[in-house]
Parts: sequence; structure tokens; C-alpha cells
Amino acid sequence: MTRLVSKTPEGPLADKWTNYKSKVNLVAPNNKRRIDVIVVGSGLAGASAAATMGELGYNVKCFCFQDSPRRAHSIAAQGGINAAKNYQNDGDSVYRLFYDTIKGGDYRSRESNVHRLAEASVQIIDQCAAQGVPFAREYGGLLANRSFGGVQVSRTFYARGQTGQQLLIGAYSALSRQIAAGTVEMYNRHEMLDVVVVDGKARGIIARNLVTGEIERHSAHAVVLATGGYGNVFFLSTNAMGSNVTAAWKAHKKGAYFANPCFTQIHPTCIPVSGGFQSKLTLMSESLRNDGRVWVPKRKEDCGKDPLSIKEEDRDYYLERIYPAFGNLVPRDVASRAAKYVCDEGRGVGKTGYAVYLDFSSAIKRLGEDTIRERYGNLFSMYERITDENPYKVPMRIFPAVHYTMGGLWVDYELSTTVPGLYAVGEANFSDHGANRLGASALMQGLADGYFVLPYTIGSYLSGEIRTGEISSDHPAFDKAEQEVKDRLQKLLSIQGDRTVDDFHMALGKIMWDKCGMARNAEGLKQAISEIQALREEFWSNVFIPGDASGTNVELEKAGRVADFLELGELMCRDALDRNESCGGHFREEYRTEEGEAARNDADYTYVAAWEYGGKPNEPNLHKEELVFDNVELKTRSYK
Amino acid sequence: MKFTIKVWRQNGPKDKGRFETYPLDGIDDDMSFLEMIDVLNQNLLTEKKDPVTFDHDCREGICGMCSMYINGTPHGPEKATTTCQLHMRSFKDGDTITIEPWRAKAFPVIKDLMVDRSAFDRIIQAGGYISINTGNAIDANAIPIEKDLSNEAMNAAVCIGCGACVASCKNSSAMLFLSAKVSHLNLLPQGKAEAKRRVNSMMKAHDSEGFGACTNTGACHAVCPKEISLTNIARLNREYIGASLTSEKE
Amino acid sequence: MNWITEFFTSTIGKKVIMSLTGLFLCLFLLIHLVGNLQLLLNDGGAAFNAYSEMMSKNPFIKAVSFILYFSILLHTVRGILLWQQNRAARGGVGYAVKKANDASFASRNMALLGSLMFIFIAIHMAQFWYQFKFGDVASGSIAPYDKIATAFEVPWIAILYVVAQIAIAFHLWHGFQSAFQTLGLNHSKYTPMVKGLGYVFSILVPLGFAIIPLKFLLG
Repeated sequence: MTRLVSKTPEGPLADKWTNYKSKVNLVAPNNKRRIDVIVVGSGLAGASAAATMGELGYNVKCFCFQDSPRRAHSIAAQGGINAAKNYQNDGDSVYRLFYDTIKGGDYRSRESNVHRLAEASVQIIDQCAAQGVPFAREYGGLLANRSFGGVQVSRTFYARGQTGQQLLIGAYSALSRQIAAGTVEMYNRHEMLDVVVVDGKARGIIARNLVTGEIERHSAHAVVLATGGYGNVFFLSTNAMGSNVTAAWKAHKKGAYFANPCFTQIHPTCIPVSGGFQSKLTLMSESLRNDGRVWVPKRKEDCGKDPLSIKEEDRDYYLERIYPAFGNLVPRDVASRAAKYVCDEGRGVGKTGYAVYLDFSSAIKRLGEDTIRERYGNLFSMYERITDENPYKVPMRIFPAVHYTMGGLWVDYELSTTVPGLYAVGEANFSDHGANRLGASALMQGLADGYFVLPYTIGSYLSGEIRTGEISSDHPAFDKAEQEVKDRLQKLLSIQGDRTVDDFHMALGKIMWDKCGMARNAEGLKQAISEIQALREEFWSNVFIPGDASGTNVELEKAGRVADFLELGELMCRDALDRNESCGGHFREEYRTEEGEAARNDADYTYVAAWEYGGKPNEPNLHKEELVFDNVELKTRSYK
Repeated sequence: MKFTIKVWRQNGPKDKGRFETYPLDGIDDDMSFLEMIDVLNQNLLTEKKDPVTFDHDCREGICGMCSMYINGTPHGPEKATTTCQLHMRSFKDGDTITIEPWRAKAFPVIKDLMVDRSAFDRIIQAGGYISINTGNAIDANAIPIEKDLSNEAMNAAVCIGCGACVASCKNSSAMLFLSAKVSHLNLLPQGKAEAKRRVNSMMKAHDSEGFGACTNTGACHAVCPKEISLTNIARLNREYIGASLTSEKE
Repeated sequence: MNWITEFFTSTIGKKVIMSLTGLFLCLFLLIHLVGNLQLLLNDGGAAFNAYSEMMSKNPFIKAVSFILYFSILLHTVRGILLWQQNRAARGGVGYAVKKANDASFASRNMALLGSLMFIFIAIHMAQFWYQFKFGDVASGSIAPYDKIATAFEVPWIAILYVVAQIAIAFHLWHGFQSAFQTLGLNHSKYTPMVKGLGYVFSILVPLGFAIIPLKFLLG
């Protein structure tokens, strides 16, 4: 059994990263040329890692399932990226960003990693500006900032509502430069279907060419997974349609521990589901809650009525009522849960009854329509395009949606998983956000890992590989892995059942959303586990996939991903069941304060739950990494 | 709502391809266009048939993956809207909807509506970047940039690389795409150092991919989901002519 | 490859050729029109005949005329080759349904309009230029003014000339502003002026040319 060693460097918190960097083993340039690294995924973390390692001189192979690395879902991030630049002179510092992130994460993340993240944030902005990312500016020509939820300083850098797009294009351009230079070989429309472990070390991957259907072997001295989060286990989420857990899950099955899978973030302001065939939920920036008032009718009978006809005294501005201190600006998890409760009471609005109103009429009265248009014009027009309703006249309808997964592959300080030579960066790892991620921190983490952390830390491992020589893909481990991948594809194709892949995915999503969503309880989670097991069994005997494994077969691709979600879903429920406390995105209904708020249990659960694959999806083994807080005091959040 | 869907089916790059027509019922006007295709595909799967293959990913109008030529227009009838953000309320009950893949020599069809747009990647690889290595950057506020200039660069940088410009152009020219990238980087002070080299090299890549010449019809701008302006093409021309005439290199 | 050939064989370089020759031809059209408007004077052709005489003798004009012939040929040949290249870029399969978008009729049909113009120019040169240079006008058997007057009294010839002006107008409607765009001469303040000037030019110049045959036809 592998012991969890976080490899946190010695010394005071603020010096750990500097000390680490000055002592870490390096690989000489002539040796780097002889070392191959595989990067799976081309979002912010993957593209920046591949580009930077290419610049350093490693031979990099980068894989993405999309038709171009520029399409990875990092592109959809709207709001911005945090950095402790203190350009606004409002008292920001690396320590403050570190502290906010630890506190925002409800004290379930590793101090040393988070402090390093805060340190790197400063360099990220310099790097991106130098790459030509057109960040918003003031008339004086210097960079502009805005504030974001949960913090008291203005440290968010942004490029209109398309910050993720611009940062990804920056990383993609750096990657493209390395592709042109020949240091990175790019494999578009390729999906990783297994990690190959030779003598205990990750030595390559098995990938499927999604155009030709060919199964390919790729060998390397190290493999980096930058494959994003697993929010699509819920079927409906703000993730892209193709976002999946397959790469991380295969790694898990090959020995990488999966940490805190139950920590998922639900974003309160999304456009609600409109019908049964909805495929995707669209997020709208949280900033809307600055001027919008959230309400539902007081009486169930009023829910079907035209909102404008419901009198002021018949409306329940429930956030303002329950949380008078913060009102509509309570944090994401609190706002989301409150919306769920009023809808569960039957007071939800809209076609499905799963929506609440976000009303701008009083803000428009107070500030005028022009001011509101100036602040939120693009969001209002996006809303109108999707719903065909004019939010200047009719209150918006919103509902929470799955947005981000804090959990992921367990990694140590060096971002190495429990399999030597296998690394995880960005949303794919668990490391920096604890139980809840603050706004504008996902982009920061992806880029910190890719540009500034992994390229150093991977040297510590690769410096021991300079005498290894080229890794052959003829090793029996490759034969075995390839055969397993092929067998599994054939197995899927041979079922020829009656239910479509999407059908199973939707059924899984419903179980997860109902029982492992915004609020969980032991009984529901136990039910969910048995329902998922039954669904998984049915999947493997009744799924229908047309065609064969040669050439493009989208249903086959989806089936492989859903098969993995069906296993991950169970692990998420087991993790949620194990964690007998409420913290961050994980809210157990049994564990709340007298006022009904989340009750954290620091005495028993200040640990990272790292799950080891036990040979079958229903037999995971739990390992705990105790979290030590030397620099911050654990406090309870209150918003009343 | 009820529709007749006439869609291009092509088994692979070498198949000749043909149109297939499918009746479709029970469509809600709040559905997105791609959700309508999802329904069509679920129906096909129930009949044990091969579903229509199409590119899509984020479904919120930013990744640039969706690429359908709908009733004679890339991304369909709504202005400044990608296919994934198009909704069925933009059509009339009973309409026949014809869906074709992007057509251009540089965008060969892979299957059905899915095309190969890697030519765009190769254009970027030719120079769509600022050549700095990670870790070499100076402080971000060391170079003040005029707000209007930065905005102008951003207006170009919002390009999502979907290829609608090429699809709509009677010459299959990728000048709008190319000019957006060149404008974004050449406008900014950070990009000036290699501005000439960039435009020369990217222009060469554009031509060798087999895209046509721009005849300034403006069809690209009309269909661009991000409304990239034609002034970028003028800027590209200016940059290219200037670079060719003044660059010290042969 | 030499930088000059590289430039002129790039898609932008090819368009620059179209643009420069096109603008030169616009300038020629204007001068040609100013000269020809003398046909409208009620002086029995005295002014026009004198102008014609000057044009055929002046060595500077002679030299410029060779640049003109070259420009016409270059503009035509380059245009046809570009059209061919652009067609090839489309690939083999076209769209089954194609909706007209914001692109103007003129902009979409420059090659067709240009071809019509080239045919017209060939007819026009056979009919007048050749006769002025080598035929009966050159030999002195008929005065330039009379040559033109008799030609345009034939209705189909006059109508052909008027119709040709329509093609020219459309070609200029797009071509004039497009030439500036190709050269990268674009500015939020001046481009609207250039466009306006282009529209005025593309209407007034062909209109001026059209009046001449109509004058002779309708007497």
C-alpha cells in the first residue's frame, strides 16, 4: 500500500517554494532532448505545460480530443483571473490571496500548495500580458481590475467576459510556437484510453485516433494529465459536451488515488433547464447578483402566474429574508442551496418549476436602464438569445448548475499522483481549492500549474530518468494495455442493446443531481450507490452503439466516457457518505448548525480523502492525508 | 414543432456523400439547434441507424467547434450567433431545414457535417504568437497600452476560429481569420518586435493551405458570429504590403 | 524565391496588382470621359477632332497608352487567374442551398462583369481605336467626329454602348472602394468618404459615357 507523502518542503510557508526551486534536481539541456513527456489535454493547464516543457527542451507529445487545442473548455471561462499584484493599492498580498483561497475552500486544501499558487499568480499576469492577452485597461494604459465574490480586494484581471478564451489563446499560441519549432508534437482528435504502467512507473498511454479509429501506443518517460474536471457526471452542467473523466479514471484504475471526489461546485446563476432534451446549462456571471434581487412567490398557487402580476407583498425575497447581512450576495453554495429548498417546497417558477426569479426592476428604477445595460448588457442579451425573454422587462429565471469539480487525482507538492511518473495539473487534480473554489481562481490554478509549477517539479523525477534511454512501446505492458482497450471497445460494440448512451447518461445525471448534488444525506447516498450499480449493470448489457471501431464513431466515444462516469459516480457517493460533515460544496443535511447552515467537523474530517481503486468499482480503499494548518486559524463561515 | 431535416451524410473522407431527408416531430421552440439534432440522432439510434456526426463542444458560443451550414448560411439565420446558440424559435413550424458541412478545399469533410479545420492551426503555427518563453516576462504594467488600442486588439482577438468566414466566402478565403490574428498581435506593442516576420509567414501559410484570395465582398463579416470587422483585412493588407516592402530580409 | 515574385504571387500581392491597375484604369476612364465629352459640344466636331489629333501625335500620350494597354491586359489576365484560383479553393462540391448574404451583387460578380467589359473593350477598340490608328480615320478619309457620329446613329451599336456602361458601373461600384481596401487604405474617418466617392464615380462616369451614343442616336 502506498503511503500518502505530500512532499511538502521544509521551512516557513513563504519560503517553501523558493527553497524547493533552489534545491530541486535539474535536467541538463542535452539530456532534456532525450526525454519524452506526454501531456494529455490542451486547456490552460495542458497547453501551458506542454508549451513550457517544449521551451525547456523536452520532447513533448500533446493530445486533445477536440479538433484543435484552442477549443478546450478553459475557453468558456468568463469572469477573470486572480492575482496578488496589488495594483489597486488596496492591501492585497500573496498572503491575503493564499488566506482567501484557504478560507474560501473551507479549510480542506493543503497550505503549501495554495501559498505557491498565490506566489505564481503574480507571474501569470506578467506572462499573459507579454503573450499579448488583451486584458482590460484603464485610460492611463495600465491594467484594470474588478472584484469578485468572497474577497475584500480588487484582484481580478479580465478580458471583457471572455477571460478564459483570451488566456487559452495565449497558451495555445505558445503551444503553437513550440509545435512549429518541433519540440511539441500535437495529436488532435485523439482520446487517451489508458495509461501504461511499466515496472510501477507511468511510461506511456494508449490513445484512439478519433478520425481513423486506430489504437495507438505512445511511450514517454512521464505522463501529465491535464484533462479537466468531471462535472459531466451530472449530465447537465456548464461543462462542454465532451468534458469527461476517462483519462483521470483510467489513471485511477492503474493506481492513482482519487481525492475528494464529492467536492463539486454548484453555481447559483445559470439559465434553468427548459425541457427534457436540454443538453447543457449556460452560466451567467455571478456579478448579476450585485443588482438583481432573488425571489419566488410566497404561495405555490402563484408560481404559474405572470411574475409582473404578483404583488410585492406576495413575493418572498428569501435570500434577503434568511441572510439579512449578505442578502443576495451570499456565497455560491449558500445561494444555490437556498434556491433548491424553495423549489423543493414547490415554489419554483418556470416551465419545470426548477427556477427562481432574479429581478432587476428595483435596480432599473434606482439606477436607470442605461446603467444596467452598461453593467450587464452582454449578459442580458445572452439571456434573451437563449430564453427569448427581455430581462429588462421580465425578471430573469435562474437556477443552480454544476460548474466545477474541486476533487480530482490526488497529487503531492510536486503534482505527482501516487503513480511515479504520472502527473495531474489543473482541474484534473484536487490540490488547491479544498471543498469550494473561489471565483476567478480556476484559470489561475491551471496556468500556475502549467507555466510555473510542473515544469520545475517534473524535473525532480526526470532527473532520475536521464540514463533510462528511449522507452519502447513494445513492452508487454503496452501489449496488455492495448489489448484491454481493444477488448473493451469490442465489448461495448457487441452489446447491441436497446438504450442509447445518452439515455444512460441522463439517468446517471438524475441520480447524481438528486442524491449527490447540492444537498446530500446518508440514506439518499446509499440509495444512489445501489441505483448506480444497477444502472451500470444495465449499461453493460443493454447499451446500443451503432457501427464499428474503425473510423469516426461518436456514440462509441461517448459510451466509453459514460461507462467511466458510471464508476466515478459511485465513488463520489461513497466519498460523500464517508464525509460526515458539511463543508464547502459538500452539504450533508444531517450536519448543520441550529440555524440550518453547514456544520464543518474539523476534529474528525480535516483530511483529504484519497481513494485507491480496489479492483472493482464498489471496493475502493480510503487513505487519508491529514491536513495541517500552521499558518491559518480554522474559522466558521457565517453570512447571517 | 415539426420539421423536415435534409442533411448531408458522408461516411468518410473518401465517400461521395449525399443528402438524406428525415421528418422530425415534437421539437420545442426553446430547444437549441444542436438539441434538435440530438433528438434526430436519438430517433436514428432507436431505429438502429447511424446518427449524424457533427462537431460541437461548449454549446455556449465560444469554443468555435460547431460548424453547420444551415439553409444557405453558416451558423444559420441569426446574426452574430453560433449554431449552438441558435434556437428553434428562429424557424417556422413545418420548415424544411437543409444542413451542409463547411465547404472549402482546405476544409475536407471527415464524416457527415464534421470537417477538418487543422489548416487554421497551421496558420497560427506559422506565426500567430509572440515569441517569448515562459518566465521571461517583464511586469505587466511596465508597458502601458492605450485603452482604445487594447480594445481594438480585443475586438480582433475574440475570433473563435470556427471557419464560418471561409464557409461563406465565394473564394474560400481565410483572410478574416488571418487578419483577426495578425491584427490582435500586430496592434499591441508586445507584438511589434516580430510584426513583419509574423505577417509574412502567416500569409504564406494561408496561401499554401489552399485558401482563396479576398475580393472584399464582406460575406465573411456578415456571417461572423463574433462580428470581426473588415477593417482587420485592410490592416492585414497594409501590414503585409509594408512588411514586404520594408523588411530587410529577402 | 525573390521577394518581389514572392510578394506578387501571394494572394494579397495578386490583389495589389488588381487594385493598382484598377485604379489606373479608373483614372484613365475619367480622362477618357473628359476628352470624349467634347463630342457633346455643338461645334460640328471641331474641338473633338483637334483633341483627337493631339492625342495621336503627342509622344507622352503615346507612351502612356502603352502602359494603359498593359494595364488592361494585366488586370484581365490576373483577374481571370485569380478567379480560377478562387474557384479551386472552393473545392469540388458546392452548397445545395446558398442564401444571398450582405455581399453586394457587384462584389459577387466582378469576374463576370469584368469579362463583359473586356469583350466590350475589344469591340470598342476594333471599332474606333483601330480605325483611328490604322483604318479610315488614320488615312484621313473620315474625320474622327464623323466616324463616331455615323457609328452611333446605328441603334444596336448605341444600345450596346449604353448597356456596356451598366456593366462598368457595377464593376466600379465594388471595384473602386475595394481597391482602397486591398491596399490597406482604411480609416474610420476617410473610408466612408472613399466609398461615397466610389459610388459617385461609378454612377457619373458611366452615365457620362452613355450620354454620348444616346446624343447621336436621338439626334
